[in-house]
Amino acid sequence: MFQATPFTRRKQASELLAKSIFLLMTLLMVLPLILIVGYLVYQAWPILSLDFLLTNPRHGMRAGGIWSPLLGTIYLVVISLIIATPIGVLAAVFLNEYARDTWFTRMVNLAVVNLAGVPSIVHALFGLGAFVLAAGLGKSILAASLTLAIMTLPVIIASTKEALAAVPMAFREACWNVGASRWQTIRHVVLPNSISGILTGVILQVSRAAGETAPVMFTGVVFFKAIREGDLFAYGPFDQCMALSMHLFTISTQVPDVPKALPYGTAVVLLGTVLAVNALAILIRVRLRSRRKW
Amino acid sequence: MTPGPMVELADLRVRYGQREALKGVTFEMRRNEVFGIIGPSQSGKTTLLKVINRTLDRVPGVMISGTVMVDGVNIHRMKDVYSLRRKVGMVAPLPVGLPLSIFDNVAFAPRMAGIRDKADLEARVERCLRQAALWDEVKDRLDSLGTRLSGGQQQRLTIARALSHDPEVLCLDEFSIAVDPVTTMRIEDVLKELRSRMTIILVTNLVQQARRLADRTAFFLNGELVETGPSEVIFSDAPANRKTYEYVNGIFG
Repeated sequence: MFQATPFTRRKQASELLAKSIFLLMTLLMVLPLILIVGYLVYQAWPILSLDFLLTNPRHGMRAGGIWSPLLGTIYLVVISLIIATPIGVLAAVFLNEYARDTWFTRMVNLAVVNLAGVPSIVHALFGLGAFVLAAGLGKSILAASLTLAIMTLPVIIASTKEALAAVPMAFREACWNVGASRWQTIRHVVLPNSISGILTGVILQVSRAAGETAPVMFTGVVFFKAIREGDLFAYGPFDQCMALSMHLFTISTQVPDVPKALPYGTAVVLLGTVLAVNALAILIRVRLRSRRKW
Repeated sequence: MTPGPMVELADLRVRYGQREALKGVTFEMRRNEVFGIIGPSQSGKTTLLKVINRTLDRVPGVMISGTVMVDGVNIHRMKDVYSLRRKVGMVAPLPVGLPLSIFDNVAFAPRMAGIRDKADLEARVERCLRQAALWDEVKDRLDSLGTRLSGGQQQRLTIARALSHDPEVLCLDEFSIAVDPVTTMRIEDVLKELRSRMTIILVTNLVQQARRLADRTAFFLNGELVETGPSEVIFSDAPANRKTYEYVNGIFG
């Protein structure tokens, strides 16, 4: 009894081996992230300051800060989410709460899944054709934001549907059983219990919209543009703008003799924005779990 | 008002795609009686309840035919399905506390029916919680979450919610499946109190429970109504159908 046999020793050895391999892979996954962030911050350190954030690029982008592209990216992300969030969330509510299983809803769901997989360069071409040319918006912040909105929409729909589906069906049935309409059920039970999950999905799209280069390059972002420094309303909706992603590409590859710290500083700001936004999403999710009511 | 039957079913058939769940049943439930429905699983008992409050209508692939009259009105001709559902209270097998406070759980149905007056709501909540024998246990913590109650308490909360919209028919679908025996007996006492005020449809797997409570009982088997009659006859040594006797006495089922 309770003596280790050759078989149990083999079992323990394989258990140890398996666990070690899984741990190794986890470390391998974390390592690049730490290396990237560490290396970027190390290289960018001399240039990082508030002044770097708040001044325009100067001297053919070989000096100065990143104010113009930073504000441009903020404009693009905020406007695109203002457009995509209501459409995506409400469409997902329809698909998850109202739609019956017909050929029409199957087509819509299929379209959502496929749209989420379309490469961003294709969205860029669509935005160029539809918003810049056909709708006559020209290359502008609005056209670029609309293109980003189209790109983020299917993912917002998918994540919202997932958040709604996490609310148990029994809650809905209990509401219908006492004579509540579908809308009353959604308003009082389904949405309050899925709003955190919905918000998390939307916020995660911030990082995607901020990081994309192709869709905005074709539709509203320019190589260089100086704006009033320190003025949050320096861009108008029909102006062209700069963007961090495009700016990073430009100063890394297109402009000769850029000081080394400049592209690294830009990358740190872009990465920092994305990480901060993702951290916010995680915080919301943690709050959702702790406040979970069932 | 004519004291006709509360619920009348005529040749009710329900199909889920190819599978026939109810194969043409015809019977009636009278006012202010406890009507027991017994039968093994897959015999169509739950389907029957969902037809009566029309929550089955939207289930994909369901075909319903025949007529169902509640209080003398054909339910499939009703324009206002919400008032039908307020008339027919429903208690599901597993207790469902909504993720709201205990007070809001019971005030939910009245609020959804447009009642805003605070005093009115408070009076209703207290009355329904008392009727469901839950008031004394929760009166000091009406603000805490309904989902944090124990299973037996949640089932009584579910009953209180079903009573909150003043139903004339109360359907209970195997309410004791997730409830301990003591709570089961408490709820049975509650039902004995309520029987003078409303029609109670009691679907149960516990043959003894139907025998204790039901005035009349129907025995369902594979979507067919085998027989219906006074409980004394159904649970006697000589019901009309031999299968009823065998099921009630545990020879099959």
